This record gives sequence, C-alpha cells and structure tokens, in this order.
Amino acid sequence: MYFTNRDVVSIKDFTRQDLDRIFQKAEKMEKEGYDQTTLKGKKVGLLFYEPSTRTRLSFDAAAQSLGASTIWFAGLEGTSVMKGESLKDTIETVAGYVDAIVMRHPYDGSSRWAADITTNRTKRGFKKVPIINGGDGKNEHPTQTMLDLYSMLRTQGRIDGLTVAMVGDLKYGRTVHSLSYALSMYNCRLQYVAPEALQIPESVTSFLSTKGIKYTKCSAIEDVIGEADIVYMTRIQRERFPDENEYNKVRGAYKMDSSLLSKAKPTMRLMHPLPRVDEISADADDNIRAYYFEQAANGVPVRAALLALILGGRQ
Amino acid sequence: MSDIIKEGKKGLIVSSIENGTVIDHLPPGKAVKIAEMLGLLQGSVIIGQNLKSTKYGKKDLIKVEDRFLTSEEYNEIALVAPNATVNIIRDFAIKEKRRVNVPDVIEAVALCENANCISNKERAPSKLLVVNRAPVELVCHYCGYIMRGEEVRLKG
Repeated sequence: MYFTNRDVVSIKDFTRQDLDRIFQKAEKMEKEGYDQTTLKGKKVGLLFYEPSTRTRLSFDAAAQSLGASTIWFAGLEGTSVMKGESLKDTIETVAGYVDAIVMRHPYDGSSRWAADITTNRTKRGFKKVPIINGGDGKNEHPTQTMLDLYSMLRTQGRIDGLTVAMVGDLKYGRTVHSLSYALSMYNCRLQYVAPEALQIPESVTSFLSTKGIKYTKCSAIEDVIGEADIVYMTRIQRERFPDENEYNKVRGAYKMDSSLLSKAKPTMRLMHPLPRVDEISADADDNIRAYYFEQAANGVPVRAALLALILGGRQ
Repeated sequence: MSDIIKEGKKGLIVSSIENGTVIDHLPPGKAVKIAEMLGLLQGSVIIGQNLKSTKYGKKDLIKVEDRFLTSEEYNEIALVAPNATVNIIRDFAIKEKRRVNVPDVIEAVALCENANCISNKERAPSKLLVVNRAPVELVCHYCGYIMRGEEVRLKG
C-alpha cells in the first residue's frame, strides 16, 4: 500500500485495501475540511487533449483545496501539439515543471506510456513525476471509478454484494470497463443493459468469469430496474463511433425518466458519469433516486484524497 | 537442393539440405504464414504441409537453405507455433536442435491489434505481455488489449 509518487493508470493496479484507504481519507476530508498546507508549494499539471468539465475542474478544485497550484491546457489550441509535437516530448517538458501530471488523451494506453516516460526520466537523475489517468481513449478512467465507488459507499453504506446495473454504451464506455474491474473486488452482481452492438466486451466478461463474478446481459432497463441497488447510465458516445450510421442506429436507445425511476427500490440510486445528452430526462433530476450531481461533487474529495496520498509525503 | 521431395515408406520424405535451417513441428497450415513472416519465400525454401507427425498427428515444416535465424525470429515463430523445433544444419548434419520459447515479454517484434493504441499512433515501442502460453495469449502493456498469438500482426 505505497502511494508516494505512484502512477494512477489503471484501476486494476489498485487493491481493495488501496481503494478503502482513499475512501477513508476522502471521508475524513469531507468531515474535517481541507488542510491548505497539505500540498503547499506543489504544482499539478492538467493536460487535457480532449474536452472535459468535471475531471479537469474537480482535479483543479481538489489540488487548490490542498494548497497546490495548477498549470494546464484544455484542448490543443495554443499548444505545440498543433505543430506536431509528440506526446513523449510534451510529457518530458511538462514533467520538468510540475510534481504530478493529470492527463486526458484520445489514444488508448497513452497514460501508461506517459508513466513509462516519467519513470525513465528517473534514470537520468530526475524525480519521478506521477501520471494520473484522466481518461485514455476508450480504455480506462480510474479516478472516475474511484468516485463512483465512493458514491456507492456513501449512498448504500457498503459496496459489497450490491446489484449494479450498467446501461447504455458498454462497448466504448471506458467508465463501465473500469467500474466492472473494480466491482469484481467487492463481489457485486452486475447487470449489463445495452443493444447487442454496444454490449460489454468479452475482455471484461472473461475477466469477471475468472474472478467468479455473476453477471447478466439484457437489452431492456425494465428487466433490471426493480432489483438494482445502483443504476449506472452512460451516454452513447458519438465521438467513439467509427461510423456515423452505426451511431444513428443506437442513439436514443435508452431513456430514464421519473416514471421509470418510480419502479425502482426507494433506496436505489441513479448514477451517471456525465455529461448526459438525452438518456436521463430533466424530470428525473428531482427524484430522490437521482444522484448524478452529488456523484460529480464527490469527485473533489476523492481526487483530493488521491493527490494528498501521492504527493503529500507521510500521511 | 535436388531431389527435393520423394515418396518413401512412411509417406513424404523431405530431402536433406547442406547448410541452413529446418523449422519443424509447426501446426498444420501455418508454414506459409511463418515463411512469409520471416521473409523466407524469396529464397530457396521447401514448405511441407500436413505431413505425418507421430507427436502431433499432422504438422507443417519449413526447410531453408543458407539461412539461420536470429533470436527475435525464434520469438516470432513461438508466437504462432509454440511447439516448433528448429534444427540448424551444417554439412548435411544437424549441428544443433533448439526449441522455440515463448518469452514473458515480446518487444518490438509484434504490434498491438488495437488500432487506437498509443503504440500504433505515436512512437511508443510495442510491448506485449504473455499471459498464457498454450495457446499463446498476449496483452498490450499500454492499452490492455488481449490478443491470440497466431492473430498478432508482426512488424514488417
């Protein structure tokens, strides 16, 4: 359980004990407030090659809450990437300015490569600059998973044994891949609701099988809503589709509204990594079961806890 | 290389070569792919397909004259044919018999099958981790994409 200068690339690199430690720290920060001296003098670089609202702003808020400063770019306009600079050269450069890098990038595996680059720098006498994956292509988004798990813990009092239904784009949605891997550590029952073309990839289900996790696949929300403790909606991501026709076939396949929500248990909570488009109607927002905005807010304490553990020295 | 193949008592017998390499115990139907992968088709080469094998029932075989393999090439063969044996021939005699070994990590030789992987988009050196040896199963170090050894693309 070693956090100092640790890379956060894949949720699979974390044990249940690691995750529990992050959640305990996040809860403590929420209760006792943020200590501005925790990361005083530290700098965090936020490199966002793709659009983001929540991940970038919540990391920024988390870092500043602990006394760290941030430098960032969001979108490629105004950067040397527009001139053809490679990811390697950008990482080599920014690693010279900051103590940690949070990165979102369109290519799968880009965070692992960035982590390799900053590890290789240590052979040249530089300090290790940890890489935190803020989403790499359609691959993983581990800190989203951490805040998702924290949200489940906050609303249900436990993660163990929950029935979690994931709905929408399960093929291209990186959040549901990471979430599935993580929930396998808590012996949850997983229900995958998607049109056949967007069902959960075999790489994920074969992983679950090796762990002995029970899962079902179906195409109708109505089949699962009555028994789920958590319904995790996702957006059909236009930008991940290689073909516009394929996107048009499945867009708008699922819509959660207040009347559908009323069929769920009163304790069920509806989550969504956001942004939503039309998969959750606005009339659901005031339903007691709607939790997606609180879920987004949980990003700050969870990311603050992670930054404190990675950059804060002895905790 | 004369009298290349003749019919013998036990079936097809492939004649010996003076100097070169015999890649034996290839899965049936894989010899052409492996010969292509190693760039052997331009030279003097004998390809045997669906030959009788006491060990595996049927096998493919490649004989190539005046050509010896590098350690990277042994790794490439292991991806497609983990049970292959390689005989090094000098003066018509087997000087050395080697088995190919599936290494723990395959670097630089094979490409990740995921087109959106950073190793196919930028200059991240390809690195595939062997997670299963029979059949060979690989996972990309960067993006976690899972591939079967025989399906993997090799660097051309």
